[in-house]
Amino acid sequence: MSAIQEVVTEAPAVEAVPKRAMTLGYGTSLVVLGLLIVAPMLVKNFIIFQLTMLLIYALAVLALNILTGGSGQFSLGQSAFYAVGAYTSAILMEHVGINYALTLPVAGIVCFAFGFLFGQPALRLSGVYLALATFALATAMPQLLKLGYFEHWTGGVQGLVVTKPDAPFGLPMSQDMWLYYFTLAVTIAIYIFSVNLLKSRSGRAFMAIRDNEIAASAMGIDVALYKTLAFGVSAGITGVAGGLGAIAVQFVAPDGYTITLAISLFLGMVVGGVGWLPGSIVGSAFIIFVPNIAEGISKGLSGAVFGVLLFLVIFLVPHGARQVAMVAQQLTGKLRKN
Amino acid sequence: MLSNQKLRIAALSTAVIAFAATGGTAFAQKKYDTGATDTEIKIGNIMPYSGPASAYGVIGKTEEAYFKKINAEGGINGRKIHFITYDDGYSPPKAVEQARKLVESDEALLVFNPLGTANNTAIQKYMNSKKVPQLFVATGATKFNDPKDFPWTMGWQPSYQSEAHIYAKYLMKEKPDAKIAVFYQNDDFGKDYLKGLKDALGAKASMITAEESYETSEPTIDNHIVKLKATGADVFISITTPKFAAQAIKKLAEIDWKPMHIVSNVSSSVGGVMKPAGFENAQGILSAAYAKDGADPQWDNDPGMKKFFAFLEKYYPEGNKLDGSVVYGYGAAQTMVKVIELCGDNLTRENVMKQAASLKDFTPDTLLPGVKINTSATDFAPIEQLQMMRFKGEKWDLFGDILSGDLSN
Repeated sequence: MSAIQEVVTEAPAVEAVPKRAMTLGYGTSLVVLGLLIVAPMLVKNFIIFQLTMLLIYALAVLALNILTGGSGQFSLGQSAFYAVGAYTSAILMEHVGINYALTLPVAGIVCFAFGFLFGQPALRLSGVYLALATFALATAMPQLLKLGYFEHWTGGVQGLVVTKPDAPFGLPMSQDMWLYYFTLAVTIAIYIFSVNLLKSRSGRAFMAIRDNEIAASAMGIDVALYKTLAFGVSAGITGVAGGLGAIAVQFVAPDGYTITLAISLFLGMVVGGVGWLPGSIVGSAFIIFVPNIAEGISKGLSGAVFGVLLFLVIFLVPHGARQVAMVAQQLTGKLRKN
Repeated sequence: MLSNQKLRIAALSTAVIAFAATGGTAFAQKKYDTGATDTEIKIGNIMPYSGPASAYGVIGKTEEAYFKKINAEGGINGRKIHFITYDDGYSPPKAVEQARKLVESDEALLVFNPLGTANNTAIQKYMNSKKVPQLFVATGATKFNDPKDFPWTMGWQPSYQSEAHIYAKYLMKEKPDAKIAVFYQNDDFGKDYLKGLKDALGAKASMITAEESYETSEPTIDNHIVKLKATGADVFISITTPKFAAQAIKKLAEIDWKPMHIVSNVSSSVGGVMKPAGFENAQGILSAAYAKDGADPQWDNDPGMKKFFAFLEKYYPEGNKLDGSVVYGYGAAQTMVKVIELCGDNLTRENVMKQAASLKDFTPDTLLPGVKINTSATDFAPIEQLQMMRFKGEKWDLFGDILSGDLSN
């Protein structure tokens, strides 16, 4: 086997993560949750909006994490699923008049089906080839959304404006704050679902496939089914994130869902730590805030500054936030012993 | 902050009472909204400094340089302009984030000249619900001239429809029996244009004998051109972006079809379209313009352009005078400054919109002689006039009168 072949056929460069290490301890989880609940009460509406976007992208990164960290498949096409979710929600809200909260499960199901179907042919591909196939999907999506045939529904290049929901039951909070808590609730639900999924039989099957496909099939795992299933679940969660994104931004347009978004999500996953679910939120923070910081340093060279920052992160902590968290854990462990 | 505001409100109400009591003369009290003070006015802006449309980022840089010039010359009524410009990478969701940052975090008085049709659509609802001016948007989409539904949004450049009206008027006058073939890009830009053409032709819309659209993803448009030639049309209107406009010019020459050829202003760049298509193929092509061309020697001694060149030299030496975006940014920034001047000491958002909607015959240095900016409470389209031009030799020759894209006259 030549070196190149090895790279391609071997399980991707994802280090096997034992399943217990994929989550946070109870104490830490509660602290993070507490912070997320209290945060919006202390800041301006704009920051609340950014925090909402943080959660939404965290969901999308989480979805990719299940696919790559869980089942070991690459995808550069997450922006396509995100777009489908966003458009599903937007069209249902604006043309059909369905309540925003109800559009999310629909977006999730539509994307699950889309991802599952896309997973069928994509199954035959692995490693970089799969990444390329999904890349094609991401490049095609904005143009598909512009097609005249769907224009009546999608609004073509003009996009669709979405109405932002008010807080229900006359709750005394701003639209932004309500949407934040709504997003937080959805995020927590999906996070718990994901953690449990990876701990379940299916999750173990995903990881077995990631670690060694041949061994997995020898153990009686239906490799084809579980690989497509991972694709479907990942697409479904991305779709829900897309739907939430459409509601938060109040607008969908083809140009919002280009390949750049897919790459950002991929970046978020790597920075957060591949296969470490809590890292999703760190990765999401990276893709939202670091470009702003880079722009603050130099407008003309914002891309270059961003590149340098990214390089530093990958160079210093190649396993991303997971590595940082582990070092921190070891340190506190040592301190306790002393 | 809060107490400050309260103080200000208190001071204001005292002033109002005093004013009412004396029934006095001029109301000299200074009035401010968020983003304006005695010393500073915060103006926000969103530009694609990165991403697919980053070539337009020059507009933002030119505007920044222009405001630097204004500040160096003492500001406006003693107030300096604090220009905050952010990158949205031409992504609508990012534009929303940046608009919210400008309004809620930086507390800008207004958002000036944000670029892109989709990006402006994305923030329009938000800006209007916050009642923050979204002034002089950098897109030609006609929908931004809608004072009734969106009283806080205003365009600047001639809308695509206005330009199309001018071509229609020209054709009805010069070639009333024309058989028009329209070739357009299948998106908001192309469709806006086509609608403008049909509206202006009115009852004579049947003059359009053929319509063909293309997708930007198509590698070549040759087959469309051949098809249009076969219809026997004698006028060819090319509503295309630069790459396709050049392809069309070349193909027409290749198949030896010589109709009256009109290209949209978007694709009238000498360097970007005419030169690559071949000057010999481009002779006699018609288009329309509203701004002076920095590449055209006839403006070398024009007082307005001299000011523009002097500005470039002193404040923005890296700016390319041949780049239409630089000319554009200069003109837009100048209009902004004019509006702030008109506001005087009443720097509320409401007054900014009121002044922006009452510009009378204002002429930035870079607009063609005779093109004037006029707005009113029901007309949020500042520039509506263009002049026809014909390509001759290696440059455009302007001809005829300044024409208005307004259909009522």
